[in-house]
Amino acid sequence: MRFSFSDEQDMFRDTVRDLLSDRCSPAAVRASWDSDDGRVPGLWSALGEVGVMAVLAPETVGGLAMGEIDLVRPLEEAGYAGVPEPLAEHAGVAAPALAEGGATDLAQAAVAGDITCSIGLGAGGRYVLAAEIADLLVMERSGELYAVPSSAATLTPQPSVDQSRRLCEVGFEVADATVLVGADVGVASDRAVLFAAAQCLGVARKLLDATVDYVGTRHQFGKPVGSYQAVKHQLSDVRIAIDFAAPLVYRAAWSIGADSTTMFDRRRDVSMAKAVASDAVDRACRVALQCHGAIGYTIEYDLQLWLKRGWALSSAWGDAGFHRDRVADSLGI
Amino acid sequence: MIDLDLSPRYESFRDECRTWLLDNKPDRALGSMDTPGGFEQHREWERVLFDGGWSVPAWPSAYGGRDCDLMEWLIYEEEYWFSGVPGRVSANGVSLLAPTIFNFGTTEQQDHFLPRMAAGTDIWAQGWSEPDAGSDLAAIKTRAIRDGDHFVINGQKTWCSRGAWADWIFCIVRTDPDEERHRGLTYLLVPADAPGLERRPIGRLDGEPGFAEIFFDDCRVSVDNVLGEEGQGWAVAMAAAGSERGLNLRSPGRFMAAAERLRALATELQNSGEQIDPRLRDEVTDAWIRAQAYRWQTYFTASRLMDGDELGSEASLMKVFWSEMDVELHATAMRLLGDRGELAPAAPDSVERGAWLDGYVFALSGPIYAGTNEIQRNIIAERVLGLPRR
Repeated sequence: MRFSFSDEQDMFRDTVRDLLSDRCSPAAVRASWDSDDGRVPGLWSALGEVGVMAVLAPETVGGLAMGEIDLVRPLEEAGYAGVPEPLAEHAGVAAPALAEGGATDLAQAAVAGDITCSIGLGAGGRYVLAAEIADLLVMERSGELYAVPSSAATLTPQPSVDQSRRLCEVGFEVADATVLVGADVGVASDRAVLFAAAQCLGVARKLLDATVDYVGTRHQFGKPVGSYQAVKHQLSDVRIAIDFAAPLVYRAAWSIGADSTTMFDRRRDVSMAKAVASDAVDRACRVALQCHGAIGYTIEYDLQLWLKRGWALSSAWGDAGFHRDRVADSLGI
Repeated sequence: MIDLDLSPRYESFRDECRTWLLDNKPDRALGSMDTPGGFEQHREWERVLFDGGWSVPAWPSAYGGRDCDLMEWLIYEEEYWFSGVPGRVSANGVSLLAPTIFNFGTTEQQDHFLPRMAAGTDIWAQGWSEPDAGSDLAAIKTRAIRDGDHFVINGQKTWCSRGAWADWIFCIVRTDPDEERHRGLTYLLVPADAPGLERRPIGRLDGEPGFAEIFFDDCRVSVDNVLGEEGQGWAVAMAAAGSERGLNLRSPGRFMAAAERLRALATELQNSGEQIDPRLRDEVTDAWIRAQAYRWQTYFTASRLMDGDELGSEASLMKVFWSEMDVELHATAMRLLGDRGELAPAAPDSVERGAWLDGYVFALSGPIYAGTNEIQRNIIAERVLGLPRR
C-alpha cells in the first residue's frame, strides 16, 4: 500500500504543465473559439513530442507502455490550461484502443501525434468532440470498436456552449470502417470517463486559483472581498470538494491498470471518481462566478472559458447522477 | 509509487487484527460510556484491549503498543470499526493528549502517564473550553499562579467530554495574568481528585451526563505536571489540535463501517418490500462514496506523512469533511426509517435499539467540537488558500 506519485511521475506532470502554460495561454484558448478548426496552433505536435500521446500505448507502436495513473495528472493539467483539442480522447482512449485492436500503423501515427483521433462511445459519448478536424474516429457499435476515417463519416455539427468544443453527431457505415478486434469497449469507456473526471479536477483547480487571486485584489468597503467570511467559506468548500475528489480519481486510474481489480471494481471506481469530480467542478463553477460578481458574468473576461468548460465536462461521459446511479447498482440498492 | 494492493505483510496484519477482535468481542453490548456504569464497563474493555496488545497499536512497544506504521494503524481502525466492538472511552487521551506527551513530555512524564493511559488505568478528559472561551480559545481566563513547587488554579472549564468520571484532565491555563491572548498560557495535567477541583455533570443533547463542567477553587497542582514549557501552552496545545482534526481522532474505518450499515439498512428495507424514494437511494450511495473518498484521501495523506511530510492546516479540510459526512449519513438513515426514526431504544418498533438515532445525535456534535466548522473554514481560507485575514 503506497499512495504517492513517484518523482518521475511528478516530473512528467510538471513537463506537461510547463508546456501548457507556455503554449496554451488563456488568449490561445480564447482564439480557438473563433478559429476555423478550434485548435491551438502548434500545440498538438508539441504535446506529441513530450510523449503525452504515447503513455498508454505499447512499445510495439512506439508507445511508453505506462498506465492510466501516469496519464491522469497530465490530463488534469489539460483541464487546468483549458486545452481545447481532443487530447483525452486521443491519448487516453483512441491511441491505446487502436494498438489493442491491431491497427498498428494507425496506432503509430496516433502515438507520434501525426494524426488526430477522437472517439464516440455509447453512454455519454453521443456527441463526438472535434470530429471535423480529426483524421480518425474510434466509434462503438453493437459492443465493438471501429476505426472510421472521418472523411467517410456523416458529421452533423452540434454547437456547444463552449465554442472551443466542436461537437458533431456522427454516422458511419460499417463497410467504411475497420473493426478493432481485441480492443475492449468497456475499457475504452472506463478510460473516457476517468479522463473526463481528471479534466474536471483541473478545471475546478483553475477556477479556484483564479477566484482566490481575484478576491484577494478586489476591494469593497475598503478591504479585499476575500477577507469576508461569506466569501472565504465558499472557497474553502471548493477546496474540500477538490481535495476529496482527487484521490478517488487517482484510485480509479490505478484500478483500471491493476491486475488485482475486477471489471466490476473498475467500473465502480471510475463511476465514483466521475461523480465526485463532476460535483467538485459544478461547485467550483457556481462559487467562482458568485465570488467574481458581475465581471465574471461577462464574455470578455477569461473566467467564462473555464465556466463553460466546467459545465460541459461535468455532464460529458455521464454526469454525477448517472454515475451515482451506477454505483448504487453495484451496491445492490 | 502507487500500489493500492495490500502487501502480504499488511494482509496478515489485517487477519491478525480481525481474528483477535472477533475472539475478544464482548458477548453483550456495553452500557453508554457517558453513564457511570457504562464508563467502568468501557474501562474494562480498555484493559482487555491492552492485555491483548491492541489498545494503542501505533505506540512504541515500550509503552504498551506494537510499533505499527501509519498504514497498519489505518487497517487496524478499519477492522476495529467493522468488527462492532465497543467504542473507546480512552479516545480523548489516546488521540489528543498522547501525541502531545510524545512530543513535549519529559521522560518521567512519558514513563508515568503513557502506560497507564494505554491500560485504561487513567482515563483522560479535555479541559480547554470555558464559558467565555469556545471558538475563541485564546480568551481563556482560568488562572494558575505559581506558589513554590505548585500552581494554584482558580476558574472554570466546561463542555468536558468524559469529564464527569475521568481520572485526569488536560488543561490550558493562564499562568501569566499580565499576558494576553496566546501568550502566558501553560499546558497543565490535573488529577481529577485534586483538592479544590469540583465537577458537575451536564446532561448532553441525548440526555446522558458524561459531559461536565469543572470548577477550580485554590486547586493545587505540582509544577511537575506542566507539559512542555511554562508559558508555551498555546504552541503545545495546537500540536494536539492538529491531531484532533486530522488523522488521529476520526479514521476512515469508522465511516466506512457506518456507510456499510447504511447500505445494509437500505437493502433490508427494500427486501422487506418497502419502496425507497430514488432521492434516498442517491443519498445512501453518496454517503458510501463519501466514506470511500475519505478513505482514499486519508491513505493519500498517510503516504505523504510516511514520506516525511507534516500535516498542517490541511487537518482542517479533513475535520470539515468527516464531520459533515457523518451528519449527512445519519440524517439519511433517519429519513430511511421514516416514522420509526424518532423511536427511542425502549420502543417496541425501534430499529437496531435506536442506534441510528443515537448516531445522529452524536454526529451533530461533530461540526461543533474540536473547533467549529466555521473556524475550520476560516483556517482553510487563510492558511491553505492564502486569503487575507482582514
